[in-house]
Amino acid sequence: MNQIDQNLAALADPTRRAILARLATSEATVAEIAAPFSISQPAVSQHLKVLESAGLIQRRIDGQRRPCRLAPNAFGPIQEWLDTITSTMERNYSRLDQVLASNPEEPTQ
Amino acid sequence: MSKLKIVERGDHHIVFTRQFRALPEVIYDAHTQPDIIQRWMRGPDGWQMLECQCDARPGGRFRYVWQNAEGQSFSITGEFLEMDRPNRILHVERMHMPNPTPDNRIETAFVADGSGTLMTLRMSLPDAAAMTAMLETGMEEGMEHSFGQLDEVTSID
Repeated sequence: MNQIDQNLAALADPTRRAILARLATSEATVAEIAAPFSISQPAVSQHLKVLESAGLIQRRIDGQRRPCRLAPNAFGPIQEWLDTITSTMERNYSRLDQVLASNPEEPTQ
Repeated sequence: MSKLKIVERGDHHIVFTRQFRALPEVIYDAHTQPDIIQRWMRGPDGWQMLECQCDARPGGRFRYVWQNAEGQSFSITGEFLEMDRPNRILHVERMHMPNPTPDNRIETAFVADGSGTLMTLRMSLPDAAAMTAMLETGMEEGMEHSFGQLDEVTSID
């Protein structure tokens, strides 16, 4: 799987999306991440593995702790694609603004 | 006026908004009348719309074909599912480059906003895998990729 595939597969699970939302605010340990969920720490660890291999999160060693955080540029490939379609669509809509400004259309019917 | 922005993003849907100065009737017609469509839906810079057929009624089909100066082309075909002038258009479309991308279901809503219009465009793919497929063949990047391959194919002696 390429990175976009892995990103999206990782994002297809609601628990993983909730974990990412949690990590968007600050880094956290497995215990801290698991606290608000009704699932076990091992299950959370499993989700973290998926997110880590998709390149969405990183873990560092801090004594006994292995806190997780969002990877820098985690959503790079998806963002790049979205930027491309957004800018192509915006070019179209700017043209529509110009067409309507130069030739105001009266609503028909 | 605010430009196109992404207001919501899921694993297989994206929601965009865009404001226009003109009334919903005008913006709706600009999305359904071929002579107006052809003037603005020109796609990436350097491309022109070669063909614009649009039968804007429920069950009606549309077909848009673009070409650039090098003669490369791509097209989008689709079907209108529900039409409610000037409020809402629901249609399905796919891009051909030349292989078709997964069906993209697009709901476009036009709501009066002061003297203008707030347009909300919701794109949904059937599932996350289809989103991946669309990402991989997506717009300019996909086109460049295909054309890059075409270059490779045609440059072999």
